[in-house]
Amino acid sequence: MNIDATILGAGVAGLSVAAELSARGARVRLIDPEGAPGPLACSWWAAGMLAPLCEGETAEEPVVRLGREAAAWWQAAGAAVTQAGTLVVALDRDRGELDRFARRTGGHETLDRAGVGALEPELPDRFASALHFASEAHMDPRAALETLQRTLAARGVRIERATPPQGQIIDCRGLAARDRLPGLRGVRGEMAILRAPGVGINRTVRLLHPRHPLYIVPRGDGIYMLGATQIESEGRGPASLRSVVELLNAAYALHPGLAEAQVLEIGADARPAFADNLPRIVRQEDRIHVNGLFRHGYLLAPALARMTADWVLEGNTSEFLQ
Amino acid sequence: MPVFYGVEIASPLMLGTAQYPSPAIMAEAFHRSGAGVATVSVRREAAGGDGGAFWDMIEGLGVPVLPNTAGCHSVREAVTTAHMARELFGTDWIKLEVIGHEDTLQPDPFGLIEAARILCEDGFRVFPYMTEDGILAGRLLEAGCEVLMPWGAPIGTGRGLNNLYGLRTLRAQFPGVPMVIDAGLGMPSHAAQAMELGFDAVLLNTAVAKAGAPAAMAEGFARALEAGRLAHEADPMEPRDMAAPSTPVLGLAELE
Repeated sequence: MNIDATILGAGVAGLSVAAELSARGARVRLIDPEGAPGPLACSWWAAGMLAPLCEGETAEEPVVRLGREAAAWWQAAGAAVTQAGTLVVALDRDRGELDRFARRTGGHETLDRAGVGALEPELPDRFASALHFASEAHMDPRAALETLQRTLAARGVRIERATPPQGQIIDCRGLAARDRLPGLRGVRGEMAILRAPGVGINRTVRLLHPRHPLYIVPRGDGIYMLGATQIESEGRGPASLRSVVELLNAAYALHPGLAEAQVLEIGADARPAFADNLPRIVRQEDRIHVNGLFRHGYLLAPALARMTADWVLEGNTSEFLQ
Repeated sequence: MPVFYGVEIASPLMLGTAQYPSPAIMAEAFHRSGAGVATVSVRREAAGGDGGAFWDMIEGLGVPVLPNTAGCHSVREAVTTAHMARELFGTDWIKLEVIGHEDTLQPDPFGLIEAARILCEDGFRVFPYMTEDGILAGRLLEAGCEVLMPWGAPIGTGRGLNNLYGLRTLRAQFPGVPMVIDAGLGMPSHAAQAMELGFDAVLLNTAVAKAGAPAAMAEGFARALEAGRLAHEADPMEPRDMAAPSTPVLGLAELE
């Protein structure tokens, strides 16, 4: 069988590119020496927020614009996307943080105490105002990766550990490709997964805090993901005590009920990013790279996959193509 | 322009390198403002490994790097961090922070003197982050510091110069010593005020990095510093209680 493209790396970028290309009729091969995605892929440790508007607080404009297509793409790919919006809160002391966040983002409505209570009745009655980004969504990223693998398997594409590449090589290896991509750096993140069946939070909640901002993403069955630090370091080693303490303390400030939670996992990894924290599709002699998705892997992978397929299958250029 | 330990700095603006939306925006803030020094936190950025590409970017800014011991709460921690910094950056400059209180991030003056003495004896060029206390300043100079860095307000608060009287007194007490207002500035007017008081430079991070347009804010600070420096050198007038007409009088109208 003739292969049109070989994708290197089975993280969120590689799987999304493989899914998009195969959905559009291309015959693809997917190679990852580690096999199916697991703790060695930074995609494994992601939050799974599909929150382009909130990211707009600090991210460049393309992240907001292209991130808007993510939820629909994942849904079409079969992932269980929860469209419940994002709630952004701050303690009364930090009210200024909420005002600043509101100024720098769009697509939100301001809620009062009663409005917060109506959306999240279990959240303690301590937030006098909040921002609601109703159009945003979240999903379980590990489940989403599994869905893509199943979809690909149904199309005859399996993750191979070692096999000669054929056709167009598409390198989606993240930081593993840094020798070929000058300027690519790692940005470390640390997160925790909790089981707190007594706590009922239905949507992504972001707590703005001058020192320790936090988000919590529900994964169903009383499981919550807490994130995340952002440190300019390529280190991929275990989380530091300080980071974990700060993360868990902030969670406790958000909802005292989380004090009773079981800590299921503490994870850390480094995410690939270029200097402007925007992704790139880079053409090189023997391959193209899809890389630098930074903290926006699940948010931008659909747009990047579409642009990659447009280039590989139709020769159409796009804004991130170099 | 300020001279620290025999090195002349190109601008009185000393900028931190944390909290920017991206390294590209950080670089733009440096270029647009012409900032003279880049500070970098060693402790945090080194967590679990090597800062690699990010450090290359900081060195690529082309300005002297002043590593700091941000977040250190004890003498021992600060001294160890300073040694790490000297190795990593190949500089004996160190901004010495010994934090005394978790909420206010206020410097611990006692630990600061001890750490400064240890580091100065070890050949470091110490930039101590301190309160505006004159006795403390004297002890730090005795310990071997040749630059002082009193706070404007607690780190990250953006409240400006909290104790004008104290800062003015400190400046007058040690006229020849280079002094940097470090921490607590929120607006360019705060920086202008520091220069008007006769300080040599300011060090800030959050006010620029967390602005909606960091590069524009950095330029705003650079211009305000220039305005304040010019004003200080121009020997400003003293405020007075009595109003004095400022329109020249060219003869009186004759009323018939």
